[in-house]
Amino acid sequence: MSIFLNENSKVIVQGLTGSEGMKHGRKMLASGTQLVGGVNARKAGTSVDVDGTSVPIFGGVEEAMKETGADVSVLFVPPKFAKDAAVEAIDAGIGLAVVITEGIPVHDSAWFWAHACANGNRTRIIGPNCPGIISPGRSLAGIIPANISGPGKMGLVSKSGTLTYQMMYELRDVGFSTGIGIGGDPIIGTTHIDALEAFESDPETEAIVMIGEIGGDAEERAADFIKSNVTKPVVGYVAGFTAPEGKTMGHAGAIVSGSAGTAQAKKEALEAAGVKVGKTPTETADLARSLVS
Amino acid sequence: MDLYEYQAKDLFAAHGVPVLPGRTVDTASDAEAAAGEIGGAVVVKAQVKVGGRGKAGGVKLAENPPEAKEKAEKILGLDIKGHVVHRVLVTEASDIAEEYYFSFLLDRSNRTFLAMASAEGGMEIEELAVERPEALARVPIDAIAGVDKAKADEIVTKAKLPAAVADEAAEVIVKLWDTFVGEDATLVEVNPLVRDPQDKIIALDGKVTLDENADFRHEAHAALVDERTENPLEAKAKAKGLNYVKLDDGQVGIIGNGAGLVMSTLDVVAYAGESHGGMKPANFLDIGGGASAEVMAAGLDVILGDSDVRSVFVNVFGGITACDAVANGIVEALKILGDDATKPLVVRLDGNNVDEGRRILAEANHPLVTVVGTMDDAAAKAAELAAKAGA
Repeated sequence: MSIFLNENSKVIVQGLTGSEGMKHGRKMLASGTQLVGGVNARKAGTSVDVDGTSVPIFGGVEEAMKETGADVSVLFVPPKFAKDAAVEAIDAGIGLAVVITEGIPVHDSAWFWAHACANGNRTRIIGPNCPGIISPGRSLAGIIPANISGPGKMGLVSKSGTLTYQMMYELRDVGFSTGIGIGGDPIIGTTHIDALEAFESDPETEAIVMIGEIGGDAEERAADFIKSNVTKPVVGYVAGFTAPEGKTMGHAGAIVSGSAGTAQAKKEALEAAGVKVGKTPTETADLARSLVS
Repeated sequence: MDLYEYQAKDLFAAHGVPVLPGRTVDTASDAEAAAGEIGGAVVVKAQVKVGGRGKAGGVKLAENPPEAKEKAEKILGLDIKGHVVHRVLVTEASDIAEEYYFSFLLDRSNRTFLAMASAEGGMEIEELAVERPEALARVPIDAIAGVDKAKADEIVTKAKLPAAVADEAAEVIVKLWDTFVGEDATLVEVNPLVRDPQDKIIALDGKVTLDENADFRHEAHAALVDERTENPLEAKAKAKGLNYVKLDDGQVGIIGNGAGLVMSTLDVVAYAGESHGGMKPANFLDIGGGASAEVMAAGLDVILGDSDVRSVFVNVFGGITACDAVANGIVEALKILGDDATKPLVVRLDGNNVDEGRRILAEANHPLVTVVGTMDDAAAKAAELAAKAGA
């Protein structure tokens, strides 16, 4: 098993005809993903050649789902148009929308998140500003390099893209059930807690690595969740001990979360929940390795 | 981007939020002239992007123009928590009957917006939240529904604002929401929001943070950037399109790809530095996914221009980027910089095409470059070289 994405997932790309969409669409296909279509209203009815495979382009997400049975959409849409593209995926009721786009205004993310909630959360959103999700050997929805690590027993959830890669590389000898980069934006869809909950109930996942970074209180909340809901071993890493205080996060923001948002506060919260926290990515990987059979 | 008070108030005024007339000036004699134009008593307020101006002597009442000049002289050049005052706002002195607190902000935990309001304004909001949490109303705002008059009435009621001003306060709150959404702000804070003796509601102060991701739909926001207060190295990096932050008291220059990995690199260097004379990272620099020779050269140029830097740690994980391209970037960058490159470089590459990347660096055999296999060892090497260079 794996979480949120498996070998049966049928994936479409919103923005497949753009340069980033095509570059990564190619990599997704090469890694074994069932890439069944692209969406571009202006190129509806055409098809694109992705390394020898003809992939049809549809006018909208709903049509693509009807024609192909797609249940996952990956969004490579410029920031300006990302809100409309996400709303389209939500309105079509697709099961999973992975928003890769970096630089989406937070008012737009807040809007499409509220829209997803109003629609009864039929659509799980990962991101925005994230590397996506990979269930190695099965499927890739995003930009995570598929050659870093193969399948295995470890579950990984991280805010940061490159730290996701680094950790998968460190633990390539163990392998991963699923690795998810949830994104570092102030408003994101899938959270650490959502991933922890799914890994907890995934029989294939034996242990979980959770990577956080400064800002907000997602890690503190995850620590609370782990304390009462997670029986599998969790290893943590937090980046940002030496980073200067965030420029975008004023004092008022800290009050709301009830936490200073510092790396130290996050580390302490995780340790209080019984999570071992590594000082460096390598030390974290060593701790995680020691937990699987 | 955080705005100055006067910029925040200009945005308020543009959205119909009542503010007092005022003028911003850079000299004491202009402050005198401004006070003359406004007439009557004025308040001279330091324009710095930091709280606690009043306590630091940055806000002063002046009864007449000569006094405004005198007060401005005292305030201009003042250092308030590391922020030097270059500009003051001269504004009409108001009669205050009561002070309230109000803000709209992002609520990350609940993935929406939040209104915070209190009938007890004026004091630091951090203090109020701790000492009298029951006096601070927190009302979640649906991003789609927004704030209409009915929602604003609810906020006013929960904040326990007096009935005499409830209606007008609610109208002002709707306009503050218009500012928050219309300008793509992540914070709009008014402390204090005041009631004057005629029961008029006025935003006496203003704090606004704008979302730079939304700059594409706000051409006017570019004019709000104050280049004078930027760190010169940061300004240079910004001009080159680099994501760079200068850190105080550091000796090891850092270049990496991806914000998370770079943040982690800073920590690993500081940790390694504990065994090497307390060496610390000197900056944050994320060169992003591309890592072309030009970007690498631009990054090295900024870092080598930092007199605090004694060694440089280049830490790249080749995910989408291939390590051979990064290695070529480093070699080319050193060629471009020539004799300007004078400090030792420790390079750690891993991931995509790592063998080819390491081969390229070995072949180039540049005297300043040391290639180290792992991130932890490379951090230790960079800290060691920095400690040696300072000895």
